[in-house]
Amino acid sequence: MGSQGGWGQSKEFLDLVKSIGEARSKSEEDRIILHEIETLKRRITEPDIPKRKMKEYIIRLVYVEMLGHDASFGYIHAVKMTHDDSLLLKRTGYLAVTLFLNEDHDLIILIVNTIQKDLKSDNFLMVCAALTAVCKLINEETIPAVLPQVVELLGHQKESVRKKAIMALHRFYQRSPSSVSHLVSNFRKLCDNDPGVMGATLCPLFDLITIDVSSYKDLVISFVSILKQVAERRLPKGYDYHQMPAPFIQIRLLKILALLGSGDKQASEQMYTVLGDIFRKCESSSNIGNAVLYECICCVSSIYSNPKLLNAAAEVTSRFLKSESHNLKYMGIDALGRLIRINPDIAEEHQLAVIDCLEDPDDTLKRKTFELLYKMTKSTNVEVIVDRMIDYMISISDNHYKTEIASRCVELAEQFAPSNQWFIQTMNKVFEHAGDLVNAKVAHNLMRLIAEGFGEEDESADSQLRSSAVESYLRIIGEPKLPSLFLQVICWVLGEYGTADGKFFAPYITGKLCDVGEAHSNDDTVKAYVVTAISKICAFEIAAGRKVELLPECQSLIDELSASHSTDLQQRAYELQAVLGLDAPAVESIMPSDASCEDIEVDKSLSFLNSFVQQSLERGARPYIPEDERSGMLNISNFRGQDQLEASTHALRFEAYELPKPPMATRTTPIMPTPSTDLVTVSDLSYPKEIPQAAPLPSIPDIVPTALGLKLRLDGVQKKWGRPTYSSPTPSSSTSASQKTVNGVQHHDGFETVSSQARDISYDSRRQKVEVSAEKQRLAASLFGGTSSKTEKKQLSTHKGTARGSPANIEKARPSTETTASSESAAEKAVPLPPQPPPDLLDLGEPTPGSTPLIDPFKQLEGLLGPTEGSSSISSDATVAAKPPDLMALFADTPSTGLSGNVITSDIYAADVKSRLPTTVNRNSHNGGTAVTHTTLVKKGPNPQDSLEKDSVARQMGVIPSGNNPNLFRDLLG
Amino acid sequence: MRAITRKPHASVLCGRPENVSSFIESDAIFGPDTRLVYKHYATLYFVFVFDSSENELAMLDLIQVFVETLDKCFKNVCELDIVFNFNKMHTILDEIVLGGQVSETSSDQVIKAVDEIIKMERSSNSLTLGPKTGSGRQGR
Repeated sequence: MGSQGGWGQSKEFLDLVKSIGEARSKSEEDRIILHEIETLKRRITEPDIPKRKMKEYIIRLVYVEMLGHDASFGYIHAVKMTHDDSLLLKRTGYLAVTLFLNEDHDLIILIVNTIQKDLKSDNFLMVCAALTAVCKLINEETIPAVLPQVVELLGHQKESVRKKAIMALHRFYQRSPSSVSHLVSNFRKLCDNDPGVMGATLCPLFDLITIDVSSYKDLVISFVSILKQVAERRLPKGYDYHQMPAPFIQIRLLKILALLGSGDKQASEQMYTVLGDIFRKCESSSNIGNAVLYECICCVSSIYSNPKLLNAAAEVTSRFLKSESHNLKYMGIDALGRLIRINPDIAEEHQLAVIDCLEDPDDTLKRKTFELLYKMTKSTNVEVIVDRMIDYMISISDNHYKTEIASRCVELAEQFAPSNQWFIQTMNKVFEHAGDLVNAKVAHNLMRLIAEGFGEEDESADSQLRSSAVESYLRIIGEPKLPSLFLQVICWVLGEYGTADGKFFAPYITGKLCDVGEAHSNDDTVKAYVVTAISKICAFEIAAGRKVELLPECQSLIDELSASHSTDLQQRAYELQAVLGLDAPAVESIMPSDASCEDIEVDKSLSFLNSFVQQSLERGARPYIPEDERSGMLNISNFRGQDQLEASTHALRFEAYELPKPPMATRTTPIMPTPSTDLVTVSDLSYPKEIPQAAPLPSIPDIVPTALGLKLRLDGVQKKWGRPTYSSPTPSSSTSASQKTVNGVQHHDGFETVSSQARDISYDSRRQKVEVSAEKQRLAASLFGGTSSKTEKKQLSTHKGTARGSPANIEKARPSTETTASSESAAEKAVPLPPQPPPDLLDLGEPTPGSTPLIDPFKQLEGLLGPTEGSSSISSDATVAAKPPDLMALFADTPSTGLSGNVITSDIYAADVKSRLPTTVNRNSHNGGTAVTHTTLVKKGPNPQDSLEKDSVARQMGVIPSGNNPNLFRDLLG
Repeated sequence: MRAITRKPHASVLCGRPENVSSFIESDAIFGPDTRLVYKHYATLYFVFVFDSSENELAMLDLIQVFVETLDKCFKNVCELDIVFNFNKMHTILDEIVLGGQVSETSSDQVIKAVDEIIKMERSSNSLTLGPKTGSGRQGR
């Protein structure tokens, strides 16, 4: 019977555990536990319980809590137990308390005093127990109460106490960095004789260095020398693990070195020797050996690169990938992802291994591989990768990951889309399968892309894009269970462009839209989109001089919505009816066709009403009193007033409650500060009255009705989605602008045919499962092909690069516009700013289509990069052209520094805190190294410089076709 | 920071077939940037949850260190040992992981520390509580 009786549990406890072990169902288990809770509640309050008995009760309480029930009635007894003098009881008390209470629990305050006392105890085990509790229980407020004692314990004679004190300080640092900021220098003292303490110190140091690398550069030599000593087995045998000398300490040191060496040539050079040693010595037969090797790869890929070490890393990576163990494959994929950032060529060798992992039943491995593919996506392989991702996205049910992969698909598609057709198709697929999961912003971007097309240069392509979008949406629209967001996009596009090319007739589209409205009767947003789309179509029809007669189902939908509970829907329905009653010129000025991108000028002072105001005043109306002059009075007059009201609700208010807000308030129309302060009239001014008023009045400037009509239309849309991110026009317009240039440049090359062909091929290949290897090779070729593509493609990617560079330029312009935008009224929010791509970018793009550019675009790219100028050449130097003389110099330098730590043998960890190196680590080399930092540290994504650099490196790599499978490329390129 | 779970996370782990990797990216359960490493010995699952500041393979071995230590402390550890003596198991775990960080990786050191605690506990036990029937049954 094992040793379960070890600490003398009673029969009761044994029976409890046994009965739970034998419980057949969760409900049976619950019954047993509930019974146990009752027993404990009764027993624990009995007077004069023997301590040993009490200890057992506490243990049983923990057990109850462990099985998911509430044992809070006994917490106070656990707290009391910590006060006991006996170590056994005290430790039991601490254990129970740490398991029961979170750091914000009220009872913590009762324990602080005990902890303070125990920290001063003569018995080091008491101190240890208290320190363990400190790590788990002390929160930000109570840190000061124990901090002095913990600091004192850093000098305790027992190493286990020192170690725990360091961990406790680290914990304090995590909870509240400011509380221990004055003690940070303590962590710098690596010189503890005990390897355990030294190993523990590495934990806080790692955190500190992660935050602030530059102030720890002087420790590089110390870390390197410690690592060297560890690797040379200078530590006590006790730290060996599976014949490896202190592997966990090695790993931690390697992590720290990776941080310190990142982008710092000089620091990195000091590490080369020891890293090379570890690569050589480390045996790959054991799991832990591989762990150290993997960490070495991470380190090598993070520090300033060294060709020799990179080779070693690549070798280990390929060993991982070829391994049978899934764990090693996983690590291999991860390592590959790190290495290709430095040298994309490495991936080529492992194409088939990567594809094997992609098709592996192991889900973890698959996801990791997708992560790798995501990192290596280029314009040449984006189609294959995104297709794969979407297939996988469809196949999984885990919403969390589905969201992530959907947003990655969108990101890649936006960044690398070879053609707009493809982009729209891809977006359709993503929306169809994960529409409810993607960010609403994505939908707006899609609408914007369709609306703005590729810009001015190619109007026919724009309309072609639109009609293809319309066509695809009309095909899809009937499908059941389309996500709401996707339906919104569909409705908007159909409303805006459904009848634009004359291919489809208005009644057909309105009929489809009505079906959508009916099918989604409980989704107000979709219905709002439907009504607005219908009214747009009707307006366009009227404006074109055609007679509009609503279909019966359409009429009934509108009737239904006019009586809707949603004021927004009601308003839209009335708007539609009002539009139907107008004549062609009026309608055209209210809803001009294809004007979603037009700028709307808003007369904020509402000067056109001056005459009206004047008249009213003459007729004896009371003059308007500005808001700030009538404090305390009711002010529902406009939007900003409302905001202020909301802000002021936190303070005490003495005035009476205001009248209920009229439904008007939900509308974003800036309600004109009408001359009459009579509130009732304001709220009565509902929209249908406004239109007939506005349109026939000839005195009002032309722009006003347009503004009004458009404003209302857009506002409804915007209001629904009203995210703060969307509310200012600049961010979205900048993305769309970049989009536009991307696509605009791309479009000329006749690339569409190529791409569609490539897609067909990949589809075909998936169907033909017979020839597995051929299929795999093809897939590999399409995934990894970027490195050996033809000049045509390279040009493409160059433009890609320039295009992607543009957001940065636009972003510069953003802040100024943003401030003005935010101060403007809500009505203007949806108005897109005209995109202004920098002229030099366009110039670069224009001459290129079809022909080889006279100027090397790469040179210009470098110019664009600005601060990192020349970085690409440096990184390529390091990766491609291994310069032998340089290398020798590197290695010649290192031994001297490496030995410096070696000499001291009596005091192993005597760290050269005062490094011989000047702390101002060679600014020049630092600057040069930024390229590497960027590629390694910055996550791929919106950073245009990063992707630019990556692309440039990729291009340099890819100049020489590999010749591995040229035939396949011919297939792909057509 | 690292949270450590001792019970099998049924929904995630039970669905995993044999012969796949022991790593799971677990942001869905434990929040962003978390992964999970598991290893099972007969019916016992050991699961460590951690973030990107740790190395997956090393964590796998840390589980091994933990289990080896348990094995030495309990003399051939079995499920029942852990169920009945989970406070001792916590003592061991607290020596290895403290405040969400790995503080000791040498199995020998951990055992030394735990032995000291047990010895002290016993003596304090006999002082304050008098002779205890159970203490002699430690071990087999």
